[in-house]
Amino acid sequence: MTDATAPGTSREVDTEVFVDDLEALNVKTMTPLQMAWRRYWRHKAAALSTVIMGILLLVVIFAPFTARYGINEQVLKISEGNNVYLSPRKLAWMGTDDIGRDIFSRLIWGIRTSLFIGVVSAILSVVIGTAAGAVAGLYGGVFDDLMMRVTDIFLAFPFFVAVVVARASLGNISWITNIIGEISSIKFIIFLFAIFGWMGVARLVRGQVLALKEREFIEAARAVGASNKRIIVSHLLPNSIGPILVALTLSVIGAIVAESTLAFFGLGPQPGSDSTSLGKLVELSREGAKQGNWWLVVFPCGALVLLAVCINFIGDGLRDAVDAKLDTVK
Amino acid sequence: MLRFIVRRMLWLPLTIVLVTFIVYCAVRTGWHPEETYKRANPRATRAKVEEYLAVNGLYEGFTGFVKGYFEWLWRFVRGPDHWPRSIKGRALVYPPLRYSIFNTLRLAGIASILGWGIGLTIGTLAARKPGSWFDSIANTTAFFLGAIPPFVSGVALQLIFAVELGWFPVAGVYPPGHQGFDLGLMAKHLILPVTVVTIQVVSAYSRFMRASLLEVRSSDFVRTARAKGLSERAVLLKHGVRNAMIPIVTVLAIDIGGLLGGLIITEAIFNYPGMGVYFLKAITNGDIPQLMPYLVIIIISVLIFNLIADVSYAYLDPRIRLD
Amino acid sequence: MDASVLSLRDLTVSFKTPNGTVQAVRGVDIDVAAGEMVGVVGESGSGKSVTFLGILGLLPNSARISGSATVEGVELVGATNKVMRGVRGKKIAMIFQDPLSSLNPVYRVGDQVAEMIRAHQEVSKSEATARAVELLDIVGIPQPKVRSRQYPHEFSGGMRQRVMIAMAIANDPEVLIADEPTTALDVTVQAQILEVIQRIQRDMKKAIVMITHDLGVIARVADRVQVMYAGRVVERAAVNDLFATPTHPYTVGLLNSLPRVGQERLLPIPGRPPNMLQPPAGCAFRARCPHSAPVCAEKLPELQPYAHSMTACVRIKEIDLAETSGVTA
Repeated sequence: MTDATAPGTSREVDTEVFVDDLEALNVKTMTPLQMAWRRYWRHKAAALSTVIMGILLLVVIFAPFTARYGINEQVLKISEGNNVYLSPRKLAWMGTDDIGRDIFSRLIWGIRTSLFIGVVSAILSVVIGTAAGAVAGLYGGVFDDLMMRVTDIFLAFPFFVAVVVARASLGNISWITNIIGEISSIKFIIFLFAIFGWMGVARLVRGQVLALKEREFIEAARAVGASNKRIIVSHLLPNSIGPILVALTLSVIGAIVAESTLAFFGLGPQPGSDSTSLGKLVELSREGAKQGNWWLVVFPCGALVLLAVCINFIGDGLRDAVDAKLDTVK
Repeated sequence: MLRFIVRRMLWLPLTIVLVTFIVYCAVRTGWHPEETYKRANPRATRAKVEEYLAVNGLYEGFTGFVKGYFEWLWRFVRGPDHWPRSIKGRALVYPPLRYSIFNTLRLAGIASILGWGIGLTIGTLAARKPGSWFDSIANTTAFFLGAIPPFVSGVALQLIFAVELGWFPVAGVYPPGHQGFDLGLMAKHLILPVTVVTIQVVSAYSRFMRASLLEVRSSDFVRTARAKGLSERAVLLKHGVRNAMIPIVTVLAIDIGGLLGGLIITEAIFNYPGMGVYFLKAITNGDIPQLMPYLVIIIISVLIFNLIADVSYAYLDPRIRLD
Repeated sequence: MDASVLSLRDLTVSFKTPNGTVQAVRGVDIDVAAGEMVGVVGESGSGKSVTFLGILGLLPNSARISGSATVEGVELVGATNKVMRGVRGKKIAMIFQDPLSSLNPVYRVGDQVAEMIRAHQEVSKSEATARAVELLDIVGIPQPKVRSRQYPHEFSGGMRQRVMIAMAIANDPEVLIADEPTTALDVTVQAQILEVIQRIQRDMKKAIVMITHDLGVIARVADRVQVMYAGRVVERAAVNDLFATPTHPYTVGLLNSLPRVGQERLLPIPGRPPNMLQPPAGCAFRARCPHSAPVCAEKLPELQPYAHSMTACVRIKEIDLAETSGVTA
């Protein structure tokens, strides 16, 4: 505000104007995070998906309470009547499978495992990709060439082919399976997805770093003598966190779908007798389809599609949220 | 530009050798040749097994891998007649591979041309009026369809249109026992698998085109074009679509390589005798002589299409100078 | 002012945004006559560019425009696409701020100029190309024939802006609107570009609107000046009168914030421009004005004659601007 140098200005008027002015400006006083938050919830499909995913997460986390039956529990003892391939009914909301287990309960347990696979492998590939991309982009030169060559080689294979071949190969090397578990374990599949999932993030981060390197504030950080490590951690990463978050979301669902696809071809993990995964349930649908037991197909596949649509929408919402351009006059 | 292409072409064989060596090692560790041979030929004598290993250079140990790889490479470059033969009945590997390649190219070709045509058109129309009802419907539909994994949509289409309604054959490219060429019959078999792949391509490219075109349309030179008094159509096509195609053509070229792998799932569901089914059969049998040429062809096509992507990018955008 | 080729009457432009409606331009009257150069000056966000982009329909779809804008009697507000296309580039041509992003990177410079010609004249492609080379020559591009075959990224900033000017004059338009044409350029190049624009005004008797935030540019080339603030014209004056005897506190503030030889420190205008989502009632400048009084909040001030100028300050007769101005032109 102006100070009292101006003649003919009463104090009273000044304050009134000041308040008026501040009110008019209140939109601009939001922090970038608040604005991103607003943009996210403005994306209606993403908002709805977030609610659905939130409920689903709660159900899945509290599976011991929300699942009606245990993971291998039969809905009724075979001595009490037929329990195999029951169509949906009060006893089993989504029907039963070939040995009389409740599909609804198994779906909850399965989604729990699948989400775990998706989230862990996504985090791993994002960490690997971010590290590789940041180093390549910031140091450039030999690092950059090497990284780009390696990603080229990794990208030379279609994902499915690469995973199938690598699975067979790495699963036969005993020192690797000693570390990351047997070929049919959950740990192994997570490892597999991580080593074939990082290239996209690496390229993204490298591009971001190269673009940011040209910006003034990085120059300024360099000028005051900040080390490369410091620049990466305190400047580059916060500035590329948005796209990384989007990539993370999308690789969660990528891994879940990949697990189901592998399982569909009988190449998925075998979570063991006390566990199951969405892929295992989807695998069953192949048999179910042939025998006309539609509930074995519809519910697992439906759950997979629901997850895919919701997580994709959340990724889309995040993309909007990190895009500050959407708030400017357009 | 020419220098860039030549240099990349010179690097290409080296990259191919490096990658195929990695793949060779992976395949050798993944499928133990002696085991798989015995599984395929349960009554084979010890001598037969030894002969198979020796003839195909399937030595053990790292030096054995290196020696075996170069023996394999030498036979591979000499042509299909010299390629190692299948573990089953010492059959030639090339004829079934060739058959599967043509089947896949037919499926992939039809699906991608349809998919790109429809997808790019929808994306362009949607970006013309962002927020309009057409845009909303097209974008949401594309989003939902794109989120459905291909094996789910494949099984769903198969169940509904082949099993329940019986409009189309369930699987294959011809009915069992059919001889010769029959366009109508083939088309009928192709419709469902083509639909599955086309849906994927349309949903990806319509959204991609929309995003790219919206980005371009907000740029200053489009405003300049409108300020010139050009018609909206001319602005959209000459200044919008032309510039929006630059990133898309690049992705398109890279995608062709990926498409060959992505078709595996669709082919398997419809038991369509293409490269995917060939690949699945080879890995189930552990048939290394069948597996290797398939992988090499995939690798070479991906690398070449990557090169095409780079070159077309430079060709479309005069600001890029390759050297 | 009776021979004006372009006249705006009570023009308003607003934008629908997720946060509400932004009232970017709130009732603007401007006249431009043939052969004169009118400067429009103001801070960014004052609505000066939006006004002229708006009358040509070059704003995003979220923009709503009302009032009247006529060029040689043709009404532009609410005009059909066909009418609008005939005006753009033919009667009114624009020169934009950033010549690099305003030229399409994938087409040759000559082709982009030729495209402008062929949009309004029935000529063959080769004729248009030949004419484009002539135009490049007129705006002072050396070796125009060779240069016309090059792409925008091969040009320097100043040369690119010359291309934009060549494009703008290609169809001999009545009005040229230059939207911050020198802002993205080096100081030495700025002077050259202004010279080219002045030469065109002189030789071709064009009406030119020079939109800028730079009073130096105004002083150099403009005949008359419109000072805009918060979507309104707050002062209208001949260029000499504006600098000698400014009649609006905002103009005084602008002049004070100019660096001058012998002056120790700059006097910036305190505060920020108002938020155009909810523009304050009354005079929009009053929150930053050293002379504000309760009367300023009463109603939107209209332009009224004072001395040789028009001013939108209701207190102009009561206050002594010279006291705070320190301007001795």
